[in-house]
Amino acid sequence: MTLTELANPTRFLSLATRILPWLAMLTGLLLVIGLYQAALAPDDYQQGATVKIMFIHVPNAWLAMFVWGVMSVASLGTLVWRHPLADVAAKAAAPIGAAFTFLALVTGSLWGRPMWGTYWEWDARLTSVLILFLMYLGLIALWRAVEDPSRAARAAAVLTLVGAINIPIIKFSVDWWNTLHQPASVIRMGGSALDKSFLYPLLIMAVAFSLLFVTLHLAAMRNEILRRRLRSLQMLQASKPVALP
Amino acid sequence: MTALLSLIRRDIRIALRVGGGALIGVLFFLTVVVLMPFAIGPDLNLLARLGPAILWLGALLASLLTLDRLFMADHDDGSLDLILMSRTPLEFTCAAKALAHWLAAGVPLVVATPVLGLLLNLDASATSAVALTLLVGTPALTFTGMIGAALAVTLQRGGLLLAVLVLPLSIPVLIFGVAASNAAIVEQGTMSFSTPFSILCAISLASLVIGPFAAAASLRHGMD
Amino acid sequence: MMSLGPYASFIITSYVLVAAVVLLLIIWIAIDHRRVRARLHALEQAGMGRRSGRGTTDLK
Repeated sequence: MTLTELANPTRFLSLATRILPWLAMLTGLLLVIGLYQAALAPDDYQQGATVKIMFIHVPNAWLAMFVWGVMSVASLGTLVWRHPLADVAAKAAAPIGAAFTFLALVTGSLWGRPMWGTYWEWDARLTSVLILFLMYLGLIALWRAVEDPSRAARAAAVLTLVGAINIPIIKFSVDWWNTLHQPASVIRMGGSALDKSFLYPLLIMAVAFSLLFVTLHLAAMRNEILRRRLRSLQMLQASKPVALP
Repeated sequence: MTALLSLIRRDIRIALRVGGGALIGVLFFLTVVVLMPFAIGPDLNLLARLGPAILWLGALLASLLTLDRLFMADHDDGSLDLILMSRTPLEFTCAAKALAHWLAAGVPLVVATPVLGLLLNLDASATSAVALTLLVGTPALTFTGMIGAALAVTLQRGGLLLAVLVLPLSIPVLIFGVAASNAAIVEQGTMSFSTPFSILCAISLASLVIGPFAAAASLRHGMD
Repeated sequence: MMSLGPYASFIITSYVLVAAVVLLLIIWIAIDHRRVRARLHALEQAGMGRRSGRGTTDLK
């Protein structure tokens, strides 16, 4: 199915409904395998067992960025190619991406407490993710602030693309800022090169979380399409002349 | 060209009027800088150390305050529709409006900096460093803020949403602006003034291009 | 059960939190789905059909 064929919402709905159960099962399977591998992973000589937090922190952090990338591609679809499902994809992805970003922050903070002694540290990574979280919240607020879905879509598309350009700039700025104000501890999260025994569980969890995102995203897109159907029918109903007795 | 020039002149003239926002921006800048010592304490050494940061924060918040009216006022009286329908490319129009806004609201902030630097016990070289970074950095604040203003004009109650949208975009400017100011003051030798300063210039120049394009796209799509 | 070291509570808390938020997402999307379908169904009962004549809650 090419992208143009999928542009028909009804066809997309039928495809999504058919593959969702399989995706969900595959995601669940991979998550179970990943968790099992994470439990089996050895302790890090420096961090002890707390390195296990990495197996859920890193996938969430990676997804936080990846989802913004997905939304950016969708935004291009809205602005440049006017693909009908592009704004559905963008709108559905935003809350899911925000949730992953929030989890990245929280797990990062809980990982940081044993490592640095504080729940928050203004290091480059946590700070950039915090700013990314603010951007997600702003984007969601923008989606909700405009009544008409297609107008909201275009405004959100511009903001997403501007944000996408800005994310590397922010990352670079915060990295640079952080080297200026070097924090006391020099322990780097995750270490420079990951041993196989850490890499395998991490990769499995990363794939599992990515599949989780795809599953949730398709389900949310399905909801959004149905919601738009509902909205147009409601508007149609509201404009019908009421039969007077 | 004359169309753009007259737009700039008109915008500056409106902004410089009493309710226009340019002078209110400076007033807000002054207020923020005056409030800081009440929160931080009158320790002059501490204030001098924090001086560049306080000045930059004040300037950023003052810019944010005045950005609201960049498109809102035109939208309210209908001239935004006329601007959208005119033959001048919308990107140039947005750039012209941002330029006018910077001249009317941003430059006064830079001019006010030496006076406020006195309040914060900054010496002459420190104040001029901050003023220079502000001179280079406020265009970036205006032009990236314009994107938020254009997005917010499509909403009825833009206000606070504008601030939330614009702030993440302004963080790199803030980082490099303060870093450049501090580098000029504390001659540590670990970092020169030119590194953060040139990055600040680069960000400003990039925003001169990206800002108008993004703002024009927002206006075009949002005003349908 | 493997030994999670002195910071076991942090490890467990983070895993539990991730599980909780993921579950919340799933539940929210599922409830949303049910709500929208119910309202579409109600509209259909009230006589508002789609132009194609297919059912409003038809997913095929």
